[in-house]
Amino acid sequence: MKQIPASLLTLIAGIGITLISFWVGQHHNLLPEQASEQAPLVDNFFNVMVTIGTGLFLVVEGAIVLFIIQFRQRKGDESDGVPIEGSFSLEVLWTSIPAIIVVGLGVYSVVVYEQMGGFSLSAHGGMAHGHASVLVAQAPGDAAVTPLISETTTPTEPTPTDAPQYGIGATPLEGSQAADLVVNVTGLQYAWIFNYPNSGITAGELHVPVGKDVQLIISAQDVIHSFWVPQFRLKQDAIPGQTTELRFVATKPGTYPVVCTELCGGYHGSMRSEVVVHSPEEFDVWLHENQIAQASGVAQTVAVNPVDLTPSEFLAPYADALGIQSEAIASLHSHHS
Amino acid sequence: MTQTYLPTDAPPEQPQPTPKVWKWYDYFTFNTDHKVIGIQYLVTAFVFYLIGGLMAVAMRLELSTPNPDWLDPNLYNAFMTNHGTIMIFLWIVPSAIGGFGNFLIPLMVGARDMAFPKLNAIAFWLNPPAGALLLLSFIFGGAQAGWTAYPPLSLITAPIAQTLWILSIVLVGTSSILGSVNFVITILMMKVPSMKWSQLPLFCWAILATSVLALLSTPVLAAGLVLLLFDINFGTSFFKPDAGGNVVIYQHLFWFYSHPAVYLMILPIFGIMSEVIPVHARKPIFGYKAIAYSSLAICIVGLFVWVHHMFTSGTPPWMRIFFTISTLIVAVPTGVKIFGWVATLWGGKIRFTSAMLFAIGLLSMFVVGGLGGVTLGTAPFDLHVHDTYYVVGHFHYVLFGGSVFGIYAGIYHWFPKITGRMMNEPLGRVHFALTFVGTHLTFLPMHQLGLQGMPRRVAMYDPQFTAINQLCTIGAFVLAASVIPFAINVIWSWISGVKASDNPWNALTLEWTTSSPPLIENWEVLPVVTHGPYEYGKDNETLKGLEEAAPAI
Ligand code: HEM
Ligand SMILES: [Cu+2]
Ligand SMILES: [Cu+2]
Repeated sequence: MKQIPASLLTLIAGIGITLISFWVGQHHNLLPEQASEQAPLVDNFFNVMVTIGTGLFLVVEGAIVLFIIQFRQRKGDESDGVPIEGSFSLEVLWTSIPAIIVVGLGVYSVVVYEQMGGFSLSAHGGMAHGHASVLVAQAPGDAAVTPLISETTTPTEPTPTDAPQYGIGATPLEGSQAADLVVNVTGLQYAWIFNYPNSGITAGELHVPVGKDVQLIISAQDVIHSFWVPQFRLKQDAIPGQTTELRFVATKPGTYPVVCTELCGGYHGSMRSEVVVHSPEEFDVWLHENQIAQASGVAQTVAVNPVDLTPSEFLAPYADALGIQSEAIASLHSHHS
Repeated sequence: MTQTYLPTDAPPEQPQPTPKVWKWYDYFTFNTDHKVIGIQYLVTAFVFYLIGGLMAVAMRLELSTPNPDWLDPNLYNAFMTNHGTIMIFLWIVPSAIGGFGNFLIPLMVGARDMAFPKLNAIAFWLNPPAGALLLLSFIFGGAQAGWTAYPPLSLITAPIAQTLWILSIVLVGTSSILGSVNFVITILMMKVPSMKWSQLPLFCWAILATSVLALLSTPVLAAGLVLLLFDINFGTSFFKPDAGGNVVIYQHLFWFYSHPAVYLMILPIFGIMSEVIPVHARKPIFGYKAIAYSSLAICIVGLFVWVHHMFTSGTPPWMRIFFTISTLIVAVPTGVKIFGWVATLWGGKIRFTSAMLFAIGLLSMFVVGGLGGVTLGTAPFDLHVHDTYYVVGHFHYVLFGGSVFGIYAGIYHWFPKITGRMMNEPLGRVHFALTFVGTHLTFLPMHQLGLQGMPRRVAMYDPQFTAINQLCTIGAFVLAASVIPFAINVIWSWISGVKASDNPWNALTLEWTTSSPPLIENWEVLPVVTHGPYEYGKDNETLKGLEEAAPAI
């Protein structure tokens, strides 16, 4: 060992650490499967951070271990170490390297964020109303947008409307196009309610067609909840009094968990549901079956504290979705004119 | 080279026949001596640490199975809330700032006491009632809305308990404001004239930065909590969405304090690190100025990163990006400190005392916690893992690895000064080994849980996560066991440990020039500073001439 010059050892160690870091960055297997267009963006970003992180980890921890072995007090040696107080160039070096890394990560995260659709919130958010139960938008399942807003609806008294200002909107590819399918998502203790404004369907799980541009308009009934599908890498709080949105394209048929990640009470942990990603044909079948089932209608109930209701009791009034729709259309109409 | 003393012309005033050492009952009184207050803080904090730790064990026990088996989910949330609250407000802050700050600051700057001794005692005595209120709240179900107490949940769940929780936090907040004023004045005004600013020990710089930060941010938290209190009890609607209130404003008020609060917790620990490492590595601290300034930089930038806790909340795109950048920037001064400590090890003669083991343990774990923190700081990735076990893993690496290890290091280092007796080293090593293994076993797997899909603050979870959770639970038991050798060590050494000399570690800061334990007024004659706090290896005849032979890698 003595004969090998230090610079060569450093070089070898550097190459080794680089190789290990790249390998770990690609093979850590820590993330669940990818099922949305956003997922690969987030994952690549994470992999880059894991790569850099592994490198830094090995260098710093390696130095610590090396130093505590090499510079341990030997038996009987009561003397002090070398009085080095600092080194300006070294300090500049280790301030600027992390600075460059974090600025790089900052820029990268802006790029990822923009590709995810973070900057274009509700291009069609005018559709949304402050309360999710009265939200409405375009026809589902069809790329050719069929606006439902009817000019013939009479405006009722103006209601404050606010488009979702928070969340993830259309990706740059989707641009200003309206989403293919809009679903109103309501969080309440301890369930998620999914309402399809155009089909009058209300369900306890989310059903979406694969490959279609889906817009969730999220709101909360009682306390803050947070909508998360780990396989989509997307999360957005459901905030009482405000609507938020998540827009995504599911890329892989399957059934994935919907998780509530904001503490919402004792049974927060049980507030779980599912998102079923169908093939387009399957989705149409699901849509039609449910439309027929729910058309039989459930009587509209008067307002009760949703906390006292079981999810199915709570769901009942929502089944009568058409009435809700016309109100919403009215208020939207007044907003736009 | 040791301290020289001021020659005094007149014979010193005849010391009163006061006892030189405090009696045990003095520690239960309204004593104004900074050393007594420091010990009061430390011991009280440790009691709360045990209480908070028991709650954690109860939670981990519950989480060893996916279903809520033996804790009612509401009780689980009460434990979760109070565990976090106790650990932050009644363990780390009081022990690091109150305990070590009070005991050490006057000694380190060469003062006889804090600037306002009575205020100091008042600040301490606000803590026990605060803790009592918190425990009392369990009679009313216990606060259940998390340590963040986000409305509307905190408005509708267990209102009496939540009110008691608020009062408790306001008391500790008041205590921390009073304490901070005292520290700032003491450091600025009472430093012995012979000590240059560049000779101020880094622990003092850290406490100075911490105190400034506490003064700027604590009132904002108090404001948010008082508004919450009014909403709960007096019918106002600041945060009630159905009555025109805004729930997101609370989050801004809360995090404007509570993110800086993580620096309140960690900066004093950084200070402890900067004292312990040079002494036991027998080297000057590497980059004194860089470490001192980086405390101030963290203090300033730390005020502009709070929204990173709210990326998934009501946060417009520009804010997500702005706070991503500012959060990432805090990583730089933090890194500067870490590199400084690592470089301090280089070329040293490292003594593996228990204090040093914990300091090195902290260093190695803070690297993991810091890297995890950087990933969380980026909005696009945080959207995936926010409010999951990934975050729990991260903040326990920084909080447990970062703070608790630092406090242990400080206790092993200053115990001889505080009590006049040495701690038992073999027992200390057992304590370290258990703590180190336990921390990794408990918190490392949590990162994976979060990435895979397990949310935080849940009493029940998807059965697919059972195995990893059981690993964490085993780790928690190792951690619980690790407290036993420590407690035995402290109690036994305090009563009958080996008597310590005034300066058992051959350290150069001023506190080691007093007797162990220090006299009531600290010094008979105030010391004169003749050298910097970290000049190890200098003026040391045996090392002269050896400098060229500095070890090379
Ligand atoms: C200095 C010591 C630190 C402490 C004591 C600390 C503590 C914490 C705590 C308690 C939380 C949990 C918040 C909650 O209840 O939701 C948290 C989250 C977070 N920490 Fe740290 N942290 C530290 C360092 C860092 C660093 C260095 C960074 C970044 C460079 C960072 C970035 C974050 C972020 C972004 C979150 C929010 C994650 C989320 O909720 O999604 N932290 N930290
Ligand atoms: Cu929820
Ligand atoms: Cu929840």
